[in-house]
Amino acid sequence: MSEPVSTFQNPAGTWSQAVYDVLKAQNVRLVPFVPDGGHRGLIEHCQADPDMRAVTLTTEEEGVALAAGAWVGGVRSVLLMQSSGVGNCINMLSLLKTCQMPLVTLVTMRGEWGEFNPWQVPMGQATPDVLRAMGVLVQRVDDPELLPGEVDAALRLAYSTYSPVAVLLSQKLLGAKKFGGSK
Amino acid sequence: MNVSRLERRAVMAQLLEERGGLLVVTGLGATAWDLASLSDSPHDFPLWGAMGGAAMFGLGLALAQPDRPVVVFTGDGEMLMGLGALSTIATTRPSNLSVVVLDNERYGETGSQHTHTAAGVDLAAVARACGFERTTTVREESDIPALRVNLHAGGNPLLAVVKVALTADPMTLPPRDGTYLKNRMRAALLGPRAIYE
Repeated sequence: MSEPVSTFQNPAGTWSQAVYDVLKAQNVRLVPFVPDGGHRGLIEHCQADPDMRAVTLTTEEEGVALAAGAWVGGVRSVLLMQSSGVGNCINMLSLLKTCQMPLVTLVTMRGEWGEFNPWQVPMGQATPDVLRAMGVLVQRVDDPELLPGEVDAALRLAYSTYSPVAVLLSQKLLGAKKFGGSK
Repeated sequence: MNVSRLERRAVMAQLLEERGGLLVVTGLGATAWDLASLSDSPHDFPLWGAMGGAAMFGLGLALAQPDRPVVVFTGDGEMLMGLGALSTIATTRPSNLSVVVLDNERYGETGSQHTHTAAGVDLAAVARACGFERTTTVREESDIPALRVNLHAGGNPLLAVVKVALTADPMTLPPRDGTYLKNRMRAALLGPRAIYE
């Protein structure tokens, strides 16, 4: 289980249980991810569930192809990534658009509200535009209380309309990452 | 340097003899045309794009359909674009997934430029280093029947590199409508109700 971490977002996973419950209720059985501090609690819930398969990826685009193959075989996935990973997925998303395959991805945002790291800004700011350009429907969430309902709606939207849907978990929702040290 | 005389379509045809319920995914380009020259089945999913994603698509299908053997046929260029997938497959350890790289050491669709396998990059060794317990490099026709048996048998993930000749094969196109490919395979695997979900 968890090893101590210093200052990453969402250490207590306040919304993680409720989002996990939504994934269970919607029969999501495969959870590919590139980890992010904001997803930590949800990842651990999924890893602890013997009826779910959490798959660590080397790059986020693997998860797009994995989820596509799994859905053709009858299994629903939710892909977890950070906003920087959206850029790694761009061409692979053509698979979903062309084949009209559903997918929900939960994207923890960086490069916006309270960001510390300038290198996160370009991809974070481009994330919604990049997703929309590749045919992904975008739902942004700022309030953790609303997140489980938003994820439930995203799953219904995706699987009812054969659409990829991204839920953006804003940095305001997650809490901005803080770094110690000076200079 | 590739001195193989194996012809890619003859290899694929042999490997798919009496294929039964074997599910076949291909990468884009030559392996898709190869499959189309042999088969047009609901159990086929030839990709037309998504370069670097064939093995991962196969992994998803294998995890969702654990009772059916799944074989991914792809080229050396496509596999090189998604090398990380080999580590993800090895650590995920499906019991029904094989990847066959038809390796002509060229980007065959774009003017036959060398891929890195022409310079000696060994995809079977990469797979072994990632944790694949079953890997093989096939250069002789006499090794094809044993590989065919292994593709159907299941077990830990298998990666086979088949060194093939650079050949000019007719471009035989599979259906290009991805929604058709998707619905056809879903109906075959999940029953007609899958279309109404």
